[in-house]
Amino acid sequence: MGNTLSAAVSIGFHGLAFAMVLYLISVGLSVTMGLMGFVNLAHGVFAMAGGYVVTSLMSRWGVPFLPALLGAAVAVSLASIPIERVLYRRLYGGEELDQVLLTMGLVFMSVAAATYVWGPLQQPLQPPPWLSGAIDLGVRSFPAYRSFLILCGAALVTVLWLGIERTRFGARVRASVDNLRMAQSVGIDTSRLFMTTFALGSGLAGLGGGLGADLLAINPSYALQNLAYFLIVVAVGGLGSIRGPFVAALLLGIADSGFKYLLPEFGAFFIYTLTMGILLWRPRGLFGRA
Amino acid sequence: MLRIFIVVLTAAGASLPASLAAQTVKVGLINSYTGFVAQPADQGQKGFDLYVKEHEKDLPPGVKIELLRRDDTSNPEVGKRLAQELITRDRVQLLTGIVLSPVATAVAPMTAEAKVPLLLDIASAGVTIPRISPYVVRISFTLWQQAYPIGKWAAEQGWKTGYTAVSDFIPGHDSEAAFTKAFTDAGGKIVGAVRFPPTNPDFAPFVQRIKDAKPDVVFIFVPAGTQATGMMKAMQDLGLREAGINVVAPQDLLPDEELPRMGDTPLGLITSGTYSADAKRPANEAFLAAWKREYGDKSIPDFFSVDAWDGMAAIYGLVKATKGNFTADQAIAFLSHWKDPDSPRGPIMIDPETRDIVQNVYIRRVEKQGDRLVNVEIATIPMVKDPWKELNPPK
Amino acid sequence: MTPSRAIDAFARRHRYHPLEALPWLAAVASYFIFPDYLALGAQILATILFALSADLVLGYAGIVTLGHAAFLGTGAYTAGILAAHGWGEPFTGILAGSVAAAFLGFLSGLVVLRTTGLALLMQTLVVATLVAEAANKASFITGGDDGLQGMEVWPIFGWFRFDLFGRTSYAYCLALLFLGWLIARQIVHSPFGRSLIGIRENVRRMHAIGAPVARRRLTIYTISAALAGVSGALIAQTTQFVSLSFLSLERSGTVLIMLIIGGVGRLYGAFIGVPLYMIAQNRFSEIDPVYWYFWIGLLMVLVVVFARGGVLGLFDRFRR
Repeated sequence: MGNTLSAAVSIGFHGLAFAMVLYLISVGLSVTMGLMGFVNLAHGVFAMAGGYVVTSLMSRWGVPFLPALLGAAVAVSLASIPIERVLYRRLYGGEELDQVLLTMGLVFMSVAAATYVWGPLQQPLQPPPWLSGAIDLGVRSFPAYRSFLILCGAALVTVLWLGIERTRFGARVRASVDNLRMAQSVGIDTSRLFMTTFALGSGLAGLGGGLGADLLAINPSYALQNLAYFLIVVAVGGLGSIRGPFVAALLLGIADSGFKYLLPEFGAFFIYTLTMGILLWRPRGLFGRA
Repeated sequence: MLRIFIVVLTAAGASLPASLAAQTVKVGLINSYTGFVAQPADQGQKGFDLYVKEHEKDLPPGVKIELLRRDDTSNPEVGKRLAQELITRDRVQLLTGIVLSPVATAVAPMTAEAKVPLLLDIASAGVTIPRISPYVVRISFTLWQQAYPIGKWAAEQGWKTGYTAVSDFIPGHDSEAAFTKAFTDAGGKIVGAVRFPPTNPDFAPFVQRIKDAKPDVVFIFVPAGTQATGMMKAMQDLGLREAGINVVAPQDLLPDEELPRMGDTPLGLITSGTYSADAKRPANEAFLAAWKREYGDKSIPDFFSVDAWDGMAAIYGLVKATKGNFTADQAIAFLSHWKDPDSPRGPIMIDPETRDIVQNVYIRRVEKQGDRLVNVEIATIPMVKDPWKELNPPK
Repeated sequence: MTPSRAIDAFARRHRYHPLEALPWLAAVASYFIFPDYLALGAQILATILFALSADLVLGYAGIVTLGHAAFLGTGAYTAGILAAHGWGEPFTGILAGSVAAAFLGFLSGLVVLRTTGLALLMQTLVVATLVAEAANKASFITGGDDGLQGMEVWPIFGWFRFDLFGRTSYAYCLALLFLGWLIARQIVHSPFGRSLIGIRENVRRMHAIGAPVARRRLTIYTISAALAGVSGALIAQTTQFVSLSFLSLERSGTVLIMLIIGGVGRLYGAFIGVPLYMIAQNRFSEIDPVYWYFWIGLLMVLVVVFARGGVLGLFDRFRR
């Protein structure tokens, strides 16, 4: 019995860490898709860029871990602004298929660009010494880095929630997600809002990519390999929501780990069937608003 | 008989006047430059290029080798179509390269129909591929070749209970079958097995299962690259070895190129493999020196690179012996008898009966030398033929 | 009635425009002009059929799918497994593949078409992934990761062998593409086809006038799956190989991209987008195998920025 409990705790723990990474990366996608109605299949590129920036800063310039993370988030965030202004803005309210083509084109270009700059090999993340090893709580020990991931995720979801519920900016976002025309007629500068939200979402993705470099390996095909994961989190969670992707990521992360532990032969089947079931029950996602 | 034939052929070739011997040999090289095996493919390509650079001058005067490089984008039917085009349009005399065994499986039947030899350099899965066509020779290694010996070795260490954990696709299944057969034949008992999805990001749940079963030894197979690193992290996080479980794996888990990036976790891990960059062989020292000269001090070759190097050596051998003038049958006769006692991986030869590679398999342990981790060879099982073919002779 | 007048009357009734003969003339001409590229040509023709089937659901019914490869793969594996187990007759193989794919289309359509938008997209993705997983698990029959081995396709009509140069394959694919195109064209110009466009543009109104929306969508989805199954069986038979890549997300995504480049919902977008993409890929990856992705990605971005509506959209703008 103790063994099963121990195993369950371990699975839950690792699933939770995985969920946090998925959440950090996908929350930006959920909000921008809900807000701008833009199918951004290239969202993974921002996460990948964040991962590359973090690993490069740390390995080539010896920048310590936390500043590197921050640097990555800021760098990706700033870099996303011209992309949004020049390319994405043309297609707001436009044909979904055009958005698909544009963003897939960007993904392809990112694969080649990453190969050109960093080569085809995976970039490993060496966590700093104070995050290596395990935290011993007496009754059992937990890997330090995964614990850090969970804490970061929890902290960020709280900050995001406060931000969206308690600030004026958050209110504007919520209003625009609910009813864009109305929001515009009330005087909200939706164009600026889109830009800022997009930058924030991309920055978060960059942060998630860097933090999660252990779990989702940083390599040139990153955006393509993990596209399905991000889309599932967003679709199941619901567009335009902060909570939605959190719950969806939790579900995906923990259920995925659980299924793989209990029935490894069919682990993948279950998670996809579960996704299908949830989408049948709630086509808008669990917390979809848009 | 064939050996005499070769000697006569080479004598005849050597006696041809030089002016007749102006030849460009077209060789089709199919690699997977894009796609999920770009990493091993890149290592392989470096091996090809290095050999050509170092040995171009060795070719007889007037004879050149033209390498036509093609990208199969890790897609078997693209590979098949490229091979078709190389044969019909570019009229290559020889095909080589190929990283993925599905691509090799797709291309092999064509070699018989078109009578164009294929020298498999990198693909290691698919034990029966040389049987698909009499025009296929493999010079890399087979999964049974490296998984079987370590099963036997594990049982010899006195480990009684074993567990297998492999990626859920054919290379994984092959390795699992090989280890299981060898381990059980030598008296061990397999207490459990688990297979994980081929592109799995998080190995924690699977490592947990292994821990629960508490075997003496666990055999792990994941494809080289991001999967291997992910598995190492999970092993470390869950303290698999601290729980008293010995871990053995084929060389795919710890390619020499990846090893420096895995931190200290792999220390003490036992793997079986056909090449270790640390091997203290004169041929290897020379190879390493050439490698570092060309690709820099930080770059490390691994088994993909050496397999490619050896493949190119065989092709050069063929071209030198025949002055670039050979039919498919002559090429296969030559390649099936290819021997290289001085490869960076040790002595290698092709078994003429199976047209597959025979080579030493080394048991290696990861040790720290200076500030780097290396695969140190601690035991050698000499001249291993592909065990699967030994156990399953053609009907 | 003289033959020419009969033809005229036929053409008028079905509204055939002389320009529509162009792709067929080009295809036949290519057979003679590019004898070394027939293998690639056959693949292009079969893929055009695949894109055509995708256009029916994407362009005409407005169902955005990321899982169309499931039908391609089902058709391919069905024909492939038959050929690997002793039944290599090509036409019945195509039929079997088509039926299997249609069956999958019908079943999955019942589930998937209940939704729209992102949920629909995800459902199609999930279905395709499940099929791919199943194919991997059933490796004892599909060959799994190694691919299906031992396919032996019999000569067409017992006479025309599938040769290394691709001559038979090319003609075979061309014939079946023609058939598929006829079917697609009939559907599109029929009242059924028009009702689909109505459903795509304004679902509420269609419901209001009593059109059986769900049934129509399911019908077109099934037909599209059947055609995709034909194209899959074609590729399997002409390359004598099937692998899991037939079921991949990459395959579904690529057909979408080729179609969008050519122009969606125009029937001929497939005829333009597919050869453009595949020939570009063939050329680029010969010149620069490693950085092929960059150039094709750039092409895609440029198409969106400058050539909205695809190549056919460009033609429209020039005509005006």
